[in-house]
Amino acid sequence: MATESQWLPIARIAEQMQSGQIKARDLVERSLKTIAGKREFDAIIATLDGRALARADEIDAMVQKGDTVGALAGVPFIAKDNFLVFGADTTAASNILRGFEAPYQATAINRLEAAGAICVAKANLDAFAHGASTENSDFFTTKNPHDKTRVPGGSSGGSAAAVALDMAPFALGTDTGGSIRQPASFTGCVGYKPTYGLVSRSGVVAMGSSLDVIGPIARTVEDAALVLDVMAGIDPLDSTTISRDSSSYTKFDDIISRKKIGIIKEHMGEGVAPNVKAAIEASVQKLKDAGADVHEISLPSATLALAVYYILMPAEVSSNLSRYDGQRYGYTFADAKDLDESYTKSRGRGFGKEAKRRIMMGTYVLSSGYFDAYYKKAQTVRTKLINEFNTAFEQVDFLLGPTAPTTAFKIGENASNPLAMYLADVMTVAAPLAGIPAISIPAGESEGLPVGLQLMARSHHDRELLNLAHATEELLA
Amino acid sequence: MADLSHDDVLKLARLARLNLTDEEVAEFAGELTEILHYVEQLQAVDVAGLKPTNQVSGLVNVMRKDEVVDYGYVPKELLKNVPKVQDDHLHVKRMIG
Repeated sequence: MATESQWLPIARIAEQMQSGQIKARDLVERSLKTIAGKREFDAIIATLDGRALARADEIDAMVQKGDTVGALAGVPFIAKDNFLVFGADTTAASNILRGFEAPYQATAINRLEAAGAICVAKANLDAFAHGASTENSDFFTTKNPHDKTRVPGGSSGGSAAAVALDMAPFALGTDTGGSIRQPASFTGCVGYKPTYGLVSRSGVVAMGSSLDVIGPIARTVEDAALVLDVMAGIDPLDSTTISRDSSSYTKFDDIISRKKIGIIKEHMGEGVAPNVKAAIEASVQKLKDAGADVHEISLPSATLALAVYYILMPAEVSSNLSRYDGQRYGYTFADAKDLDESYTKSRGRGFGKEAKRRIMMGTYVLSSGYFDAYYKKAQTVRTKLINEFNTAFEQVDFLLGPTAPTTAFKIGENASNPLAMYLADVMTVAAPLAGIPAISIPAGESEGLPVGLQLMARSHHDRELLNLAHATEELLA
Repeated sequence: MADLSHDDVLKLARLARLNLTDEEVAEFAGELTEILHYVEQLQAVDVAGLKPTNQVSGLVNVMRKDEVVDYGYVPKELLKNVPKVQDDHLHVKRMIG
């Protein structure tokens, strides 16, 4: 795969758009052409040619008239197919939503469009964002741009592969247990999971509502920060949104010296592949050489985070997926003899295996007799984990570790063992449980496969985290 | 904790309104048991004095003004994804026999 991008930094694209040096139509056509030329990776579910080109012409006409255009003017992007977008179906890569036409758009999409960005395509994912490889897509498996026999990670695997394949300057993902960061790690991209609530989820297919966030996948931290800057902030359509930083997320001072960074001990132990560990240790050395104060810190409950996650997430999934009942939208079993059969067969035939597995698991942990032992216990261990994060952040400004325990695994390697697949999330689930921001940035390659470095900060410290990530990215380049 | 039996899986499927094939029932019994054994490590964790976390936003009772907002939606457009429509209503099977 190409190491040089055909895309300028997003901020430069907008500048050149404004000055009339480049045209939005050319950018959109270039993006669509790249997508068409790289179909064999199966990153894309649908393209929005007509709508995208019409929007490009509108923006070009504005520039010609002398109007001021937005911070993302003419920038093509790709949305994971769990975002409601006009111009193509929204399927969440699931059979049950095949053919669903969004009656409204996601707030994140509206905000990006208002800034001049143009959605050109919808990317593949594990159906309903349930997975870590895109192998759970009801349609097809996306191939890793670095090695076609390997997965791109998931669930935002199509989005990450699309950025790695240079199809667009950025893509949108969603992250519940690692679905932005882990595929970014597997494909050599930057993946940003904001503080819980920072970006509106209105118009995004819900998975685990106490965990879900929206974020960018991009080539650089600067591009990711710029996209976040456009999307962040309170939305009246999502009552869980929080206030954004009053300052821009793209203001970097790049100071590493004396920053206190804790290496999560539990993320560097057993289960981490030696090549991943070596890449992270090399990154740590560079941070130390740059004057950062890096030392090991223990989060004892980090080893429990995956178990907490695989109780709370399925519980929320089972609740969110109850709306797919075959009556209001999506697949319906046409020959049902009564309403009950219409429900059970629409759901039984419409959902893929992983969605059913999670609905069953969630139903179990929420059922009478098991609620306290599983669900409530997991919620309480979640508190314990949050307390440990708070204690850690009294000692350090940031936490660090690998994004995933391995580099990209082979297609089919974990497909027959759900629990083994779940372990791919072991480093990423802690941040969403605590609601804190986290980012994966490239930290070199091992045998041609990218390794991701994960950095985390306390809640609401998105700007500080992006600042550190920007400086670290330059250090590791 | 006990392993999930064939009947346990059928009962859960009933609660979740999921029609499963015999093959899926057998598969899920094994897989869900394995996942439950994994998450059971939490049973031994000491959480004395701690309260459960329901959400992490820190927000409490987010209210909006009680007024009608016109989003410009057209009922016919909103109904276009409904499997069966009759006179601008969702058509479902009879609920009461």
